[in-house]
Order: sequence, then structure tokens, then C-alpha cells
Amino acid sequence: MTDLSAAPGFTARPKSSILTASAEMKRRNAAEARFKAYGMIAVAIALATLAIMLFTILRDGVSAFHQARLTFPMELSAEVLDPKGNRNREEMSKVTTVGYQKVLSKALLAELDRQGIAQEGVSDKEIGELISKDAAGELRARVLADPALLGTTITANVLATGRIDGFLKGRVTLETAERDSNISPDQLRLAEKLRDAGLLRSSWNWDFFTNADASDQRPEAAGLGVALLGSAYMMLLVLVMCVPVGVAASIYLEEFAPKNRWTDAIEVNISNLAAVPSIVFGILGLAIFINFAGLPQSSSLVGALVISLMTLPTIIIATRASIRAVPPSIRDAALGVGASKMQTVFHHVLPLAMPGILTGTILGLASALGETAPLLLIGMVAFVDNYPSAPPEGFLDPATALPVQVYSWASRADPAFIERSNGAIIVLLVFLVIMNVGAILLRRRFERRW
Amino acid sequence: MNDMTRTGLETETATAKISARGVQVHYGQNHALKNVSVEILDRAVTAFIGPSGCGKSTFLRCLNRMNDTVASARVSGQILLEGEDIYDPRVDPVQLRARVGMVFQKPNPFPKSIYDNVAYGPKIHGLTRNKAELDAIVEASLRKAALWGEVKDRLDAPGTGLSGGQQQRLCIARAIATGPEVLLMDEPCSALDPIATAQVEELIDELRASFSVVIVTHSMQQAARVSQKTAFFHLGHLVEYGDTGDIFTNPKDPRTEAYITGRIG
Amino acid sequence: MSVLMILAAIAVLAIAAYFLARQRALASTNGNPRLLHSLPLYYGWYGTIAVLLPSLAALALWLIVQPMVIEARISQNLPASLIADASKRELTMADVRRVAGGLDTAVAMGTMSEDEARQVRTESTNVRDKLAAVGVALGSEVSKEVLSAAQDYRELASWGAAGRTALVIVLAVLGLFWGVTRAKADFRARNRVEQVVLGLLIAASSIAILTTVGILWSMISETFDFFSKYPIQDFFFSLTWSPNFRGGSDLGILPLIWGTLYITVVSMLVSVPIGLFAAIYLAEYASKPVRAWVKPLIEVIAGIPTVVFGIFALVTVGPALRDWFAAPLGLGDSGSSVMTAGIVIGILNIPFISSLSDDIINAVPQSLRDGSLGLGATRSETVKQVILPAALPGIVGAILMAASRAIGETMIVVMGAGAAAKLSLNPFEAMTTMTVKIVGQLTGDTDFAAPETLVAFALGMTLFVITLGLNIFALWIVRKYREQYE
Repeated sequence: MTDLSAAPGFTARPKSSILTASAEMKRRNAAEARFKAYGMIAVAIALATLAIMLFTILRDGVSAFHQARLTFPMELSAEVLDPKGNRNREEMSKVTTVGYQKVLSKALLAELDRQGIAQEGVSDKEIGELISKDAAGELRARVLADPALLGTTITANVLATGRIDGFLKGRVTLETAERDSNISPDQLRLAEKLRDAGLLRSSWNWDFFTNADASDQRPEAAGLGVALLGSAYMMLLVLVMCVPVGVAASIYLEEFAPKNRWTDAIEVNISNLAAVPSIVFGILGLAIFINFAGLPQSSSLVGALVISLMTLPTIIIATRASIRAVPPSIRDAALGVGASKMQTVFHHVLPLAMPGILTGTILGLASALGETAPLLLIGMVAFVDNYPSAPPEGFLDPATALPVQVYSWASRADPAFIERSNGAIIVLLVFLVIMNVGAILLRRRFERRW
Repeated sequence: MNDMTRTGLETETATAKISARGVQVHYGQNHALKNVSVEILDRAVTAFIGPSGCGKSTFLRCLNRMNDTVASARVSGQILLEGEDIYDPRVDPVQLRARVGMVFQKPNPFPKSIYDNVAYGPKIHGLTRNKAELDAIVEASLRKAALWGEVKDRLDAPGTGLSGGQQQRLCIARAIATGPEVLLMDEPCSALDPIATAQVEELIDELRASFSVVIVTHSMQQAARVSQKTAFFHLGHLVEYGDTGDIFTNPKDPRTEAYITGRIG
Repeated sequence: MSVLMILAAIAVLAIAAYFLARQRALASTNGNPRLLHSLPLYYGWYGTIAVLLPSLAALALWLIVQPMVIEARISQNLPASLIADASKRELTMADVRRVAGGLDTAVAMGTMSEDEARQVRTESTNVRDKLAAVGVALGSEVSKEVLSAAQDYRELASWGAAGRTALVIVLAVLGLFWGVTRAKADFRARNRVEQVVLGLLIAASSIAILTTVGILWSMISETFDFFSKYPIQDFFFSLTWSPNFRGGSDLGILPLIWGTLYITVVSMLVSVPIGLFAAIYLAEYASKPVRAWVKPLIEVIAGIPTVVFGIFALVTVGPALRDWFAAPLGLGDSGSSVMTAGIVIGILNIPFISSLSDDIINAVPQSLRDGSLGLGATRSETVKQVILPAALPGIVGAILMAASRAIGETMIVVMGAGAAAKLSLNPFEAMTTMTVKIVGQLTGDTDFAAPETLVAFALGMTLFVITLGLNIFALWIVRKYREQYE
């Protein structure tokens, strides 16, 4: 042992009271406070961006759930719409949507006259433009379906053009209309009077959930119907393809796999696949499922195949974790009464792991539901205005998906589509919230303490 | 090792370093320490003994306010370090811990070099002006911890690569490098083998020359070997406190006697 | 018989096999299940498997092989001018399939009889009009050769369908007999069934490997095709990217790599400090209730689809940066920019970095914290000098993984970075990335013979190699770190 007091350099610190902070201590405490503040600022920034993002989406998107409609009485003149007068559908369908458009605008003009609303520099044609281009087609379909309507006076409840809708929602103003070739300030002023007269109203927009996509000129008619159906088809297929395969793979890897090169290769592959950029899966889908296997482009089947391959690692990882959480004593107990390994797994381990597997599956599906990039490459971004037919043939029909619809609307020129895009996001987020809350509740409900 | 009669004489003249008066500790609903009053002497080894969960570690952690890191712990009563209340709101626990150092149950060297482990305290407290001074402190502390001879050729090697006993002596070196007045040791030998334990015990005995040492131990033999004063804790109470020789040969409280003779614990 | 009908038939046979085999097994012991080697249901399952396995395998094989055989036969009979090179041949075959499909539709709708479809000639009929009438629009007039090839195609396809049905049904029936005859008391049905199930489990877990093989195969062959049409050194070293579908394109990857890396760096500058400090705050400072609320809230960010971040970049962040920074500073007037995409990807990666770092920081043993605090270190000194150095490998791993995510991110850059390939330093200028160009070159009308389309596969390959390399490296670092505390 050495003589301590003689050791060089070992001088005691100047003794100070612990009640007063030294200068050194003040500096260190300031550094401590700064460091803690950085942490709080980081958390605040993260939460603030989340809040801002959700706020802008709600601000821009909620209005998509309301839509301006014009309501006025209209006489369906038999002479115009059925010139031959024999109510024969073949003959009647010769009258194109242009003919119906004229009927609609005439009826609107007549209603203006009747209510004594002055046109004030708005031409008859411009008044007709207040009605959505979609309305004539809708009316035509309605009349062709029920020719008995001809000659009667019905109450037309038709979409107003997107600019008028935007005016009611504050997106279009008198100033923007000055620079807009599609609408004039005078038309807006007239729309204001129509609103005051009760002809123009904004009402709940069911069509947003049921309509198919619409062309660039008719944002007011664009809806999520095809996208919702396409997403539903895809999720159904992903569920059917991905979950059994994922669970089977997990069972093998956790319960049966010997430690060898093949198992190692599988393990490495799974962890790497989880990190492969999603766009690469799109390339895979395009090259293998479409170009090689010849499956139809834009179909929900190809989309589901690609998404399944992407989701598989997620489901496998979650399932393996919950299988691993089943204590070995359960397996020993089953094996001890003479069950085979396979029976042990399928009768005991799997049922006990099921809540965890379900939770993982729901979360995997939730992230699959929001996947966009790979779907662009397999053609799901195409403009689809026909509903896919019922399964199973419908799985091969062109469809689109909810997040893809968000993207394709966002890339259109008319700002009305940005509103629709945000509206679609709200719908998407509602689904995601429901799935996540479901997963959390499931986890709470079945949480097990061994 | 110690001659008890000699140490008994020595401690009579020593001054109190830390005086605790009526200390109570609650962890949430749990009343962990009940009305503990004790005087801890300078330049002596004080041992806290008692069965598991008796509050001896809790009380030790009160002495340098390590309990502050446990959110649910509430401490009341008074603990004076040289007459100053360490629970006074003006007291910065960081500054306090520089004067009341601590060595833990499991050796916990940082995943750094041996040198950096020892230099850590002096660096954060700004005790040195240049590298030469720091080198001197590191060497002195390692010498004091009886480790210098074993590691002087490999100061850059990671501290985690030492054996268990060496690691614990490294932790002691690390604690004394900040120049504390009191060294708290929470069962410092419980994770060590008998040979390493003997080395650490020998070291503790030498440290007594410069520090006030408080050691928590579950081993009565260890308390008897290294300490001059012994406090027996039971169920959160300080049952008995006195010269180590008296406690082990002539306990006043029946609970102490029961513990020492192995009937409780 | 259509595939669906075949499947239905197999299903019926499989169900029948179940009950027959079970019945027979029980009958072999006069109805006493205790004398059987396995439970009766295993004999049933064995029968089912004996029906399904061979017939489904044959069906799958047939479905894959038949188109190849037919195409090979058809193209033998086509004149050389129509199949001069791969792309021409591909176009002609597409025409042939389309006309054949059109004739099928016409027959199905009754506007043509089966004989008519077989014998119709371009000389006597306008096939294009005829098919247009049933809703099959053709791009050009149908040539004589194509029409006759299409008729051959239909002929072969109908033979193929018949052969397929026959083979599959025969196999299924044979399987049924096999499965049922083996159902006897001493037959180890359970072991056999379990072997098959184990085989299925192995097959399922091999899909991960198949996927990787598929990814590599799909990209490697097309990438080689691309390099046969475009010089490899130009791809990797040319400084210009200007694809031109009329030919003479410059397809240098460097501007794209520059854009990708620039955006990645900006995103890391956002996500690493915020994510790391948030993790440190939550792990070391936050009280329990704060942590219980804030941690899931931050993780909510990770659950939001990237297309939503894309909209956020396009509608909110881009214009805000343009109006408040770029325009006043005279740095440009574009909403899409490196900054826009970088910041938004950074936000996307905050929860990724923070939750990974949080796990890693929490894995640092409490005893190290105690040791440092016990020496009189402040919390921040403990974090900076003890915890972060100890957790560093893990955190570096997390950061590398985040970088790989940023490099592979698609929707945000498509909507927020722009489409112009540039080598510029100005972060407020629109630039583009590899992923944007993959989407750009592979959507819309694509011609898989043109280098302008095939380049996307070379880009995909490059992207795959970079991200895979980063991830393997990151996983290796993280694994090494884990060992340290185990």
C-alpha cells in the first residue's frame, strides 16, 4: 500500500458550503437547464408538427363532406327529350347530355324569372354554367331509367359547378374570380343571390363516398367510391394471402426450424425485406406479376400481391414475438401428455398467441392500407371511373386505392381537387384510427400475465 | 485487521461528520424508514447491518440524496453534513454528491478506458487545470484504491475488461478521485468472490485514514472485520447503534441479539 | 372447363375423400377408433391432401407452361418481319392475344358463331369493326397474319384447356383412390399429415427468400437489358439526366444521386437532433405520466401514411418555405425543393429515430446512471458522457436505418421535391431523386424496349443495393451493441 497523503496531485478541493452554489456549479446547472430545454423543444417540435399537419388536413379537407347543390323545379319537356313521343329508350337515348344540359339551364333561368332575380350582366349561357357538367348526365340516366317522368315537373337537385361550391366554402372569392376564366365575379354575385333565395344550398355529400372519380372539369362530382372498393378488395386479399402465410412461416421459424443455413438465410431475408424501400416492391410487381405472369394492370389482385409481400415481414415479426411469449411450460405440459409437436403447436401455442397475432395483423393491415408508392408502378394511379365488378372477377378489374386517389387528386390542377384529396385523407385516417384503436383494445382485452 | 479495543478508543475522540435526526422515508404508500437518528463519525468506518428490506440501503441513499432519482420517494427529518442540512432547498444535490461519494453493489465501470473512468469525476467537477494535474489525480486515486500496480501499464484498456474485484476497486478509485469527505458503499463486496472481497475490505480499512466511510453489508462478519461503529436496522427502525465491538459482543436490544445469533434475517 | 370450375370440382373431390377415407379407416376396425393408429380425422385429412396436392400442383404448372408453349408455337408461324426483334415480337404477340380475346368475346356475346370465328378472313370481313361492336377496340386494322395467328392461338388454347381439365381431374381422382385405399388401421396417418403440414410451413417461410430472389431477378435481367442499350459508364458518370423518348437521351444517374443525398442530408439534419433529443428527454427527464402520453403521440406520426406527408409538403410546407424563405432571400420561387422534401422526410423519421433511440438508451444499465450521478454528475453530464457513448453504436445503427428510409422514400419526394434533375447547391431549388425517376419512367405509357423505361430498373437496382448495404451495416452494428450488454 502506498502512503496516501504523500501522493502528488491529490489536493483536496477547497472546502465550500453546500448551501451556496459555486460559480462552477452555476455554470454546470445552466448547461443542465439548457440541455433539458433542448429535449423539451424537440418534443414540442415533434408534437407541434403533428398538430399542424392534422390541423391543415382538417382545415382543407372537412369541406369535402359538404357540396353545393342547386334546387329548382323543372319541367321535363317531352317534346325535347323524346322527340318521337313513343317512350322508346333506344330512341330517347339519341338525345345526348347536351340536350339535357339545355333543359336544365332553361329551367334554372325560368326559376330565376319566376322569383324575380335579376341577371345583372350574366348571360343565359353563363347561368347555365353554374350547373355542374355532371348534372346533365345524371338527369339523363334518371329519365332513361324511368321515362314516365317525361312531361312531369320534378324538383331538380343538381350539383353546382366546382367554382360555385368553392365560393360557398370561401375558396373562391370575387378577387380570384377576376383572374379565372371559368367563373366571373358577376356569376358569383348571382350565386350569392341564389343562395339567399334558397336555390343554392350546401348539403352533406354522400356522393363523395359513392361516386367514382371524375374528370378534371368536374371536381364537384369526384368521389371515393372506386378507391374505397379497391382498397377493400386489396385488404381482403392481403388478409387472405398474407396472414396464413405469415403465421405459417412464423410457426415454422419459432417452433420447428433447425439451426441451419437455410433458416439463417430466411431470418436474414425477413429482416432485410422489412427495410427494402416500398418502391422496389412496385418494380417487382410490375416485372413479375404484370410483365411476366401477365396479370392485368391496375387490378386489385396485383396490388394485393405486392402489398402482401411488403406486409409479410411485419406480420411475421409480430407473430413470432407473440409465439415466443407463450411460456415453454405450456408446451412441456402438452408434450407431457403425449401430444405430437404439431398438435402442441396447433392446439395450445397458437390459440394462446392468437390475440398477439391479431393485433400484429391489424397493425400490419393498417400500414398496408396507407401504402402508395408501389401501387403507382402497377398502374393503380390510372383514371378509373367504372366500378370493379363483384369478386372474384372484380379482383382482376382496374381499380384504384384510397391513398393513390389522394395522390392523383393532389396532382390535378384545380384547387377543388386539393380539398377532395384532404377529404380522402380524413377518410383514410379515420380507418387507420379505427384499426389502431381496435388493436389497442384487443391488446388490453387479452393482455395476459403468465 | 482491526483490533477492536484500539478502534474503540480512537472513535471516542472523533468528530461527527454527518448527523441524522428523525429521518423518515416513504416510497409512495410504503413507510420505508421510521424516525432514524444517527451520528456518523469522521475518519471511521460505520457499518449498517440488518435483514433485507430493513431500510439500511434506503438510509444510505439518503445521505447523498440518491433517493432523489426515485420519483416516488419522500424524505423528511434532518440530515446535517458538518452542520449544514443536505435537504435544504438551497442545496444542489450534484454539489453534495461531489463531497459524499458512492460505490455501488455491482461494480459499474463506465464503458470507457480505466483512465477515463477515474478522470470522469475530476473532469465534470472541473478540479484540474491541465492534463498533468489530471494524470496526478488519476494516479493518486488508483494508488489509493490499491489498483495502480495492476493497471498502470494499461490505463487505456476498457474498465469493463477488468476482473470483478479490480472493477470494484476501480469504482472506488473513481469515487475518491473527486476528493469526497464521505464514501458511501452499498454492499460493495456482494458481487465479489472471497479473494476480491478480502482485497476490498483491506482497502476500506486503509481508506479510513482519509475519509468517513459508511458501508452497508448483509454480512455480519464483514461488519465486524472492517467497521468501528455499527448500526442495526430492522423493519425501517434503527434498533441499535454503537461501537462494533459492543454490538457484536454485548447487544442491548433483543432484536439485535436475535439477528446476530442468526434467529432472524 | 374454366379454372374456377376445375377448382370447384377438386374441392368436391377433396371433401368426398375426407369422408370416404375416414369412413374406411373406421370400417377397418369395425368402428372402434381406439384400434386406429391415428385419430379418424387424420385419415380424412390424408385423403383430402392426396386429392389436393397433386392436382393443384399440376394445375399451377399447366397454367404457367401453357402460355409459353402456345406463344412459341404461334411465333414459329408468323412471318419474320413481324417478330424481327424482341419488342416487335412482343407487340405482335400482344395483338394476337387481343384479337383472340376479341373473338372469344364475340362468340360469348353471340355476334359470331364458333365456326365463323374459326373461319373469318380479313379479305371478306372487317374484323376490326366486328370486334369494336362487342367492345374490343383495336389500335389498327387486323392483318391477315395476325388474324390467322389469333385463330391458331384460340385453337391451341382450347386444346390446352381440354388437356388441362382432363389431367387435373384424373390426378384428383387418382389421389382420391390412393388416399382412401391407404386408410387402414395401421397406417400412420397423423405422421403423414404432419409431414405435409410441416412442408407447407417450410414453403411459407421460404416465401421471404423467394421475394428477395424475385426482386433481384426482376431487376437484374432488365438492368442488363438496359446496359446493352445504353453504355454503363454513361449511366454512372454522366452529369446530365435528360430522357427523350425519341432517342438520344442522357441518362446519367449522378444528378439523381446528388438530389437523393442532398434531400437525405437535410432530412437527417431535421430528424436526428429532434428525434434524439426527444428520446433523451423522454428516457431521462420526463415524468411517468408525461412519457405515457407523449411517447404514443410521437409514434402516431409513424402511423400516418407517407402520401399524407406528401400532401403536407405540397400544400403547406412547400409554399411556406417559398414565401417566407426562398422568395425573400432571392433563392428561388419553387414550392418543390430540396428543403421541402428534406424537412418533411425529416419529420417522418422523427418517431423512427426517437423510438429506436429510446429503446437503446433504456437498454443502458441503470447502474451506469447511478454510478455517474453518485459521483456528482448532473443528468446532462451523465447523458452526454456516459449514456450516449455507451449507446452510440445502437444510435448510429438507428441513424443509418433512418438514412436508408430517407433514400428510399418515394411519395414525399414525388410530391415535394420536383422533377428536374439538377446538380445545384441551392437547397430551395427543385431537384429530383432516384425514386421520383423510377415512378416517372414507369408510369404512363411505357415501352419496355426503350432505354428510357429500362433505366428505371437500373435505378431500382442501385437504390436496392444502397439501402440494403446501409441496412445490413446498421443491423450488424446494432447486433454488436446488443452483445455488449448480454
